[in-house]
Amino acid sequence: MKFKNRIQTNRFQLFSLLGVIVVLSVLFTSCDPDETQVVTNFTTITMQDEFDVAGAPNSDIWGFDIGRGNDGWGNKELQYYTDRSDNVVVEDGMLKITAVSESYQGAVYTSARLKTQGKFEQKYGRFEARIKLPWGQGIWPAFWMLGSNFDIVSWPQCGEIDIMEFKGQEPTIISGSLHGPGYSAASPVTKSFELTNDRFDTGFHIFGIEWGEDYVNYYVDDVLYNQITPEDADGEWVFDQPFFIILNLAVGGGYVGTPNSSTVFPQEMLVDYVRVYAAE
Amino acid sequence: MKKFKFISYFTFAIVGLLTTALVSCEREFSEDITLATFPTIPEVFTDNPVNLTDEFFISFDPADGANVNGFDTDNDAYRGTQAIKIDVPAPNDPDGGFIGGIFLDRGEGRNLTEYTALTFWAKGSTTASVGLFGFGTDFIADKYAVSLNETTLSTAWRKYIIPMPDPSKLVQEKGMFIFSAGTESTGDLGYSIWIDEIRFEKLNTFAQARTSILGGEDATRQVYNGELVVDGVQQTVNLGDGSELVVNIASGYLDFHTSDPTVVQIDAQGKIMVVAEGTATITASLNGVEATGSLIVESKGEFIPAPTPTQDAANVISIYSDEYTNVNIDFYNGFWQPYQTTTSADIEVNGDNILGYENFNFVGHQFSDPTVDATSMTHLHMDILIPGALPSNAKFIVTIKDFGANGADGGGDDKTQKVTLLSSQLRGDAWTTIDIPLTLSQRSKVGQFIFENGGSAVTNLYMDNVYFYKQ
Repeated sequence: MKFKNRIQTNRFQLFSLLGVIVVLSVLFTSCDPDETQVVTNFTTITMQDEFDVAGAPNSDIWGFDIGRGNDGWGNKELQYYTDRSDNVVVEDGMLKITAVSESYQGAVYTSARLKTQGKFEQKYGRFEARIKLPWGQGIWPAFWMLGSNFDIVSWPQCGEIDIMEFKGQEPTIISGSLHGPGYSAASPVTKSFELTNDRFDTGFHIFGIEWGEDYVNYYVDDVLYNQITPEDADGEWVFDQPFFIILNLAVGGGYVGTPNSSTVFPQEMLVDYVRVYAAE
Repeated sequence: MKKFKFISYFTFAIVGLLTTALVSCEREFSEDITLATFPTIPEVFTDNPVNLTDEFFISFDPADGANVNGFDTDNDAYRGTQAIKIDVPAPNDPDGGFIGGIFLDRGEGRNLTEYTALTFWAKGSTTASVGLFGFGTDFIADKYAVSLNETTLSTAWRKYIIPMPDPSKLVQEKGMFIFSAGTESTGDLGYSIWIDEIRFEKLNTFAQARTSILGGEDATRQVYNGELVVDGVQQTVNLGDGSELVVNIASGYLDFHTSDPTVVQIDAQGKIMVVAEGTATITASLNGVEATGSLIVESKGEFIPAPTPTQDAANVISIYSDEYTNVNIDFYNGFWQPYQTTTSADIEVNGDNILGYENFNFVGHQFSDPTVDATSMTHLHMDILIPGALPSNAKFIVTIKDFGANGADGGGDDKTQKVTLLSSQLRGDAWTTIDIPLTLSQRSKVGQFIFENGGSAVTNLYMDNVYFYKQ
């Protein structure tokens, strides 16, 4: 019951922030938020990239992971990550991450992975991005975060917040997850969200979290579809430290499987914006 | 049923009134006017046909073997009280060996532009594969036909989706549904299909449409001036469950483009005309999106038809001509395995049908049902055209075969007459008229011709006006 109320409260708050107040306040003034619960409003913009300047991504915000990582970034992914404009570029007001089928440095696909590590890291807040996703068997785009102590304590102790993960072969479904010590890899705390009579590769959708002390709320567009709290985590709660943002487009790997003959290349992940808010 | 009929007439009446009003006062359309469109009713069959007459089902032609007895309704429905039940006959069913037809809107047609797919629920008494489901076939122009081939049914109800390649084209569609089913997948055992809840829907769960012509290949075709039809038009879409679905679509959905309008022209209706000698590449797009595959047209210019036969029809037994009535034919190409390489590439030029053979080594015509009594005939006539320069070793061998007393090929009683024409008797790039005096003494049961190139480089051939005559 408490859970339900909390969701509704946050939903109202989210709508307000999105500025859809006039129409929807009529709908929601009737709901009765639990007056006793603590609500944090994340209204102060702390980082914002609208991808309005064509060229390479803003280096004040974004760095890159290059190469194939260890064991395909721990997931047996098949791509080689580069920072070439073939794989990552800002144009038409968008960040475009492109997965290409080509032989490159021993890999058969290239793509890109951007991260704000050491450039922008924040504890708590609202993190959201507006993204049009690619599609097809073996295509694995994600918008996610790692704890900034990643290089010191390693994964999964650093914590991982997956704001959005998508399997190209399931074009109507995304999922949001938390990985931490005792609940990682194949057994994170996770929930899927499925669109009704729509799909994620035909238009832009907003993927976001509201992350505060002892909770992470997950939303897609105007739908809050999950809340994860320490009670849900089968291990230590490691989400009370700064995290950095990652945007990537992987090809293959254990999570999605290998592309097949029906997978069309190149594939593009288009990011209209990334915005981060903190409490005032 | 009555209720829907009323809606139909009502809409029609409004359109009628509007037309009358506009015509009588002869004014331009005002900016305020909303043009009446055709009905947008999505349902085709729920518990009954919706907004269709009682005679909504039109079977394929029984003369082609279609069985008209197996179409009915049944109370085993997916939803509501009734579904369509189709009994698929075995091939040897005396009433017809397959079943199929269309659901026709016998009114003005429907405006389906607000929908994206035809959907229906179906199941089978067994997991049979149904040859064809689709829409857009009206038995008139079939301009926007879409078909899903070889759909394997489950024995439980399952929903099927047939995407529209371009809904904006379906402003007045009459072909609401089509199916065709035989027993190819069931070892000739008959079975039943139930179909329910046929409707047009606005689904946004499929996307990423990819269109191809000629199977996505870059094909080359040697042709003469005349109309050309580009076939093998397919669209692949990605469904909401991530699976890929391929449908065959009519070329009416496509815009064709030519690389050289002096060789190949495309008119506003999408008709492709080869108009001059030369080479042009035809490509296609659907709604502005380029289709894969192309056709390189190598036009040899004007096709000069074979000389028109002048024999009196009373003195002729015709095997292949547009001039005379042909006898009953088994085939003009027997595709005799395994040694025959000859493929068929028949052409039609201004209404004149011509047999075309490519990769020619040998090929046969057969007319065994019944055989031909050529006893009173004196000659066999045919016109052949060998394109290009005549090979120096050119050879063309004609064998006339009489099937003998048993009236069947083989059996030890067959008699043949074989005639070999050499390069001196043949022409390159022009028609050669061949008149063979019949010397076969036994020719009351002629059933077959065999044509051979005798190992020569004559590998392409056109043939017309094949007939016996008496002088």
